[in-house]
Amino acid sequence: MNTADTATASPVGQLADPAVSTRPGFSTRVVRSLDGGVGKLAVWLLAALWTIPTLGLFISSIRPQQEIRTNGWWNWITDPSQTTFDNYRRVLDTRQNGRPLSHYFFNTIQIAIPGALIPIIIGAFAAYAFSWMHFKGRDTMFLFVLALLVVPLQMCLIPLLRFFTGPFYPDALQGIPMVWFAHSIFGMPICIFLLRNFIGSLPGEVIEAARVDGAGHLTIFTRLVLPLSVPALASLSIFQFLWVWNDLLVAKVFAGRQTNHPMTSAMLNMVGDRGQDWHLLTAGGFVMMIVPLIVFLSLQRYFVRGLLAGSVKG
Amino acid sequence: MIDILPSLLKAGAGVGALLLVMVGLYGLSRLLPDRWRERAQTGVFLFPALVLLLGLVIPAILNLRYSFDNRNGVFSGLTNYKHIFTDRESRIVLRNTLWWALFVTVVSTSVGILIARLADGLRGEPIAKALIFLPTAISMVGAGIIWNFVYSPSDFGLLNSLWRLLPGDQGTQYFLQDRTFFGLRSSWIPGLNSFYIMVVVIWIQAGFATVVMSAALKGVPSDLVEAAKIDGATERQAFFRVVLPYVRGTVITVATTTVITVLKIFDIIQTMGRGGLFDTSTVANEMYRQAFPQNNKGLGSAWAVILFVLVLPIVFVNSWNQRRMREGN
Repeated sequence: MNTADTATASPVGQLADPAVSTRPGFSTRVVRSLDGGVGKLAVWLLAALWTIPTLGLFISSIRPQQEIRTNGWWNWITDPSQTTFDNYRRVLDTRQNGRPLSHYFFNTIQIAIPGALIPIIIGAFAAYAFSWMHFKGRDTMFLFVLALLVVPLQMCLIPLLRFFTGPFYPDALQGIPMVWFAHSIFGMPICIFLLRNFIGSLPGEVIEAARVDGAGHLTIFTRLVLPLSVPALASLSIFQFLWVWNDLLVAKVFAGRQTNHPMTSAMLNMVGDRGQDWHLLTAGGFVMMIVPLIVFLSLQRYFVRGLLAGSVKG
Repeated sequence: MIDILPSLLKAGAGVGALLLVMVGLYGLSRLLPDRWRERAQTGVFLFPALVLLLGLVIPAILNLRYSFDNRNGVFSGLTNYKHIFTDRESRIVLRNTLWWALFVTVVSTSVGILIARLADGLRGEPIAKALIFLPTAISMVGAGIIWNFVYSPSDFGLLNSLWRLLPGDQGTQYFLQDRTFFGLRSSWIPGLNSFYIMVVVIWIQAGFATVVMSAALKGVPSDLVEAAKIDGATERQAFFRVVLPYVRGTVITVATTTVITVLKIFDIIQTMGRGGLFDTSTVANEMYRQAFPQNNKGLGSAWAVILFVLVLPIVFVNSWNQRRMREGN
């Protein structure tokens, strides 16, 4: 990285006798191979430890209600004869505030798709303007957008809700559309920031060449910039989609009536109301996680990239 | 399945209409003289984003103003802030949040470094890392349900079953209701139940730390490590004195990111701490609880400002570090 970092390497050399280390002795080699073995064991132990809670919930979700209640899920491993998908069938019909859980699953889909796409579409236009259009105060304005990354969304919940429930907001857009707007607002700084980083780093000569050929901004944006930005758009979409899918707070505040709430909120109510109905909680929990898990397993590369980039989200 | 179509169509129609208006205005702008055309087109590209950004700026300013109001919306000076720093329950919230930020960050960053180091170059490394990384994909509500199951006092509770294996007559443990720290109830240290919930967030964040650190470790030039070893450094010395200082920037990134996430922790307190009962509340959870269930918007706003003030210095450290890393490369 820099010289200061490499400089710290030299004092190490004074600590040991070089003659010993250039050719490791027998005992050193034993220790080292042991170290490797122990390390390997530790990694797999940790990986197992990390998996057990999720695995436990999954195994429980495919056991009969009576079995879940009376003994631990680990008994299934030695006796997997009692496997059933009843819990899944039952949980989708379980009513929460008068609607089956499947209703809330579809609510989540309704919230997550527009909630992810709207800010990205609008952000892409803005990112293009900040990268390739010339106007006074552009850099100052962009710095201002960056500064907004600092604002925790909690700062905006109460005033935004007042606006949404106030006289200037149309009734036709009550309920789930408020959650879309809220997510679009909260996602705006990060979308502009990440997309500008990407779009701004596209080769200027290509853009200039298109301009010289007489292409306008809209043509360059749709024909050139968007197709080149597909990897960035994909990572950002996945990040924003999962963020909205997993969100509880924004939906709880803005969705209004209980029947507009997403799966996370319905499951939370279930934890409160039916804390003892573990057969429903296990299956419901998995229904809620299934989409993130599929995204994670199938698009892991994009997922990692999106997560790393999005980790600065306010 | 049919239910969701009207709603998605509504969203699609909305976005479509917006795009149509933008394209229409853009088309009109081409009739303008050169000098004005570029400005008009910039306006078209930026306008929707600026409207949404105003939806962030104006509320944030209003929130600051509301934080001086009392429960009935009447200006009452610094009352809310005084309450936050003097009320016994509020101080529990602040205490918990500081412990959360410290404990979860230190442990999950260290665990991340440890796993990244141990797994480096191992056969099956991607699988091991994916298993540890998996919890980052699921929601905090989901994670809460998974771990409620682990901590459950019932027969199927994993920890209680292990606990009963210990010799002697072991009573059932109510892990998530234990507000003492090994029997001690101090105003400086959270109850064990808070730590049990922190474990869950460590479980989530360690995966993030592992993946980021693992990428950084692979970027350390091997000749640097070799040189240190030739100079007589042991494996351990080489790691702590050469490798770790080399990836210092990444460690700071992971730590600051984790602190920011943890300061905003909300869902997990809702799911595992029953919304902050048994002394488990944190700042973000308290903000919600006061503003909505308690319907005290003034106090809720004040908690939001506290959260903002806590996050601010961390974000500065983070961006200072990012800039330093870019310049270093």
